[in-house]
Amino acid sequence: MVSPNSKVILERDRLQTILDAIRAQGFRILGPTVRDEAIIYDDISRVEDLPIGWTDEQGAGRYRLCKRSDQAVFGFIGGAHSSKQFLFLPREMIWKVVREGKGFRFVDTQRDSAPLAFFGVRSCDLHAISIQDKVFMPVDPGYRARREKALIVAVQCGLAGKTCFCASMGTGPRATGDFDLALTEILEKQRHYFVVEIGTQRGAEIMEHVSHQAAAASDLEKAEAATRRALSQMGRTMEASDVKDLLYRNYEHPQWDDVARRCLTCANCTLVCPTCFCSSLEDATDLSGDQSERRRQWDSCFNLEHSYLHGGNIRSSPKARYRQWMTHKLATWQDQFGTSGCVGCGRCITWCPVGIDITAEVRAIRESEKRHGND
Amino acid sequence: MARKPKLAVWKFASCDGCQLSLLDCEDELLAIGEAVEIANFAEVSRAVVRGPYDISLVEGSITTPHDAERIHGVRRASKVLITIGACATAGGIQALRNFQDVKEFISIVYARPEYIRTLATSTAIADHVPVDFELRGCPINKRQLLEVLLAYLHGRRPLIHRHSVCMECKLRGTVCIMVSRRVPCLGPITHAGCGAICPLYQRGCYGCFGPNESPNVSSLSDAWLSAGAAPAEVVRVLQTFNAAAHPFADGAAALATRRVNATEQGA
Repeated sequence: MVSPNSKVILERDRLQTILDAIRAQGFRILGPTVRDEAIIYDDISRVEDLPIGWTDEQGAGRYRLCKRSDQAVFGFIGGAHSSKQFLFLPREMIWKVVREGKGFRFVDTQRDSAPLAFFGVRSCDLHAISIQDKVFMPVDPGYRARREKALIVAVQCGLAGKTCFCASMGTGPRATGDFDLALTEILEKQRHYFVVEIGTQRGAEIMEHVSHQAAAASDLEKAEAATRRALSQMGRTMEASDVKDLLYRNYEHPQWDDVARRCLTCANCTLVCPTCFCSSLEDATDLSGDQSERRRQWDSCFNLEHSYLHGGNIRSSPKARYRQWMTHKLATWQDQFGTSGCVGCGRCITWCPVGIDITAEVRAIRESEKRHGND
Repeated sequence: MARKPKLAVWKFASCDGCQLSLLDCEDELLAIGEAVEIANFAEVSRAVVRGPYDISLVEGSITTPHDAERIHGVRRASKVLITIGACATAGGIQALRNFQDVKEFISIVYARPEYIRTLATSTAIADHVPVDFELRGCPINKRQLLEVLLAYLHGRRPLIHRHSVCMECKLRGTVCIMVSRRVPCLGPITHAGCGAICPLYQRGCYGCFGPNESPNVSSLSDAWLSAGAAPAEVVRVLQTFNAAAHPFADGAAALATRRVNATEQGA
């Protein structure tokens, strides 16, 4: 019998059974898979859909998909995609209204879709989901419906990339909660298996249909060792404890001009960020004028339209927009939601076409203060 | 029944591709015909209804003294004037002449250069008359054209975004090819609207829609150069359909200066 908070062993050659068990419960499974020379998130059903034997090398403005020398299933960091795009949809119709005689009628646009199972979520992204929960759960019925039904199978990181800094943000590398199941991959010469942590009753029910064994103390130690390895490989750091005050003290720091010279204001950082939640609403009409739709789509504080208020733009300079993004992410977010908006996943660093590094920007401000004092 | 709004389509120096986008709206074409009276559209009919016109779509750039005069007549006859395409909004590919000696071209190309009456530059319509809305693209996107027409017919703001092509890649889940494959791409400085077609097929953005709302050409140029592109290559990609659009033209000029400096240093 398995119960929440217990740990069991799943052999690699039985991994398919966990996908089958999830599917049998009616879930649409979304997991990592290789497409277009990158690891993305998409529908998966077979173990072979996973990035077996692949890894990714990441740096500032740089991502390369590479072959591993072994057949690790989760031996990669992760691409630009995250569960964000399936919970907070890039585009969503909010409502539709049809003219009827002299009045009009609202058409229900909420579709009852299959519940989602996220397979292979990393600790940083689990934290990102709970951060977005704070934003959307109280106000967004579409998000809430998707989120409440979602099943989460986490993967404990056994490696970290050059742009990872979850350890600095206190969001990883080991996931300690907010999952139904969590897998730690153990790949040895003679044996390839997973330590499965059961997080919830729902997770336990899935494991009832999956052949597993009891975990020995040595297995748990190996899982701990995987986390220690990831921790030792953490590519970047950010001193996060006082970053809020640091940024509040430095609204006029010359570093903002420096970064503005490099920033493309292309919005890539905000769109790959698993916590950024900005959107815009649009009302569209058809040719006859008898039908109208309100649509929501991802937007970004780097877009001028986003900060347009009647009569003008409140953040017309790239400097103001970069400062707004970073200060919100690391500082005002804390006042707004009680946590940092950054989970240290490093996506904004990797996927910035010119490699702007949020940890380096913070460090530059911090070090100049040390040099010049903060008054 | 209320009078249908009169729609006119005007052509200046252009290839006709943008105005044909209106005919490409096949599924909506009948509905468009219901909603407006097509009063002047040479690609559709010789029949011309006299002005004034409620909406004028203007394609093409100003390259001749005659057209520089004619556009004022179009403006006077139009309540709303919307320019469509890279030629009308930025001078088009023919604005490459702006950086060269046109007299020399004419003397080389034409047997009787004295018959050619042309301007030294190709310029956007907005350089000559006030324009109500500029729809970008080479060619324009027909969905966007429809949206602009709809917006003006219903008296609302057109839902046309001026942000980067990167937004469109991310909205459709396309992996950034500049980061993942080092493919030089103009997406970060280019105006959205095409739906990010090229990156979807692993080609860098060509900048058909021209500069976006706040393009940082110099930073993107640096990224291309450090990825191994020669300054001349970057100049060439900036000098295509929207060569005369200011941010692209200024960026190319800055690179040309840099190239000269590099050559001098090399010598």
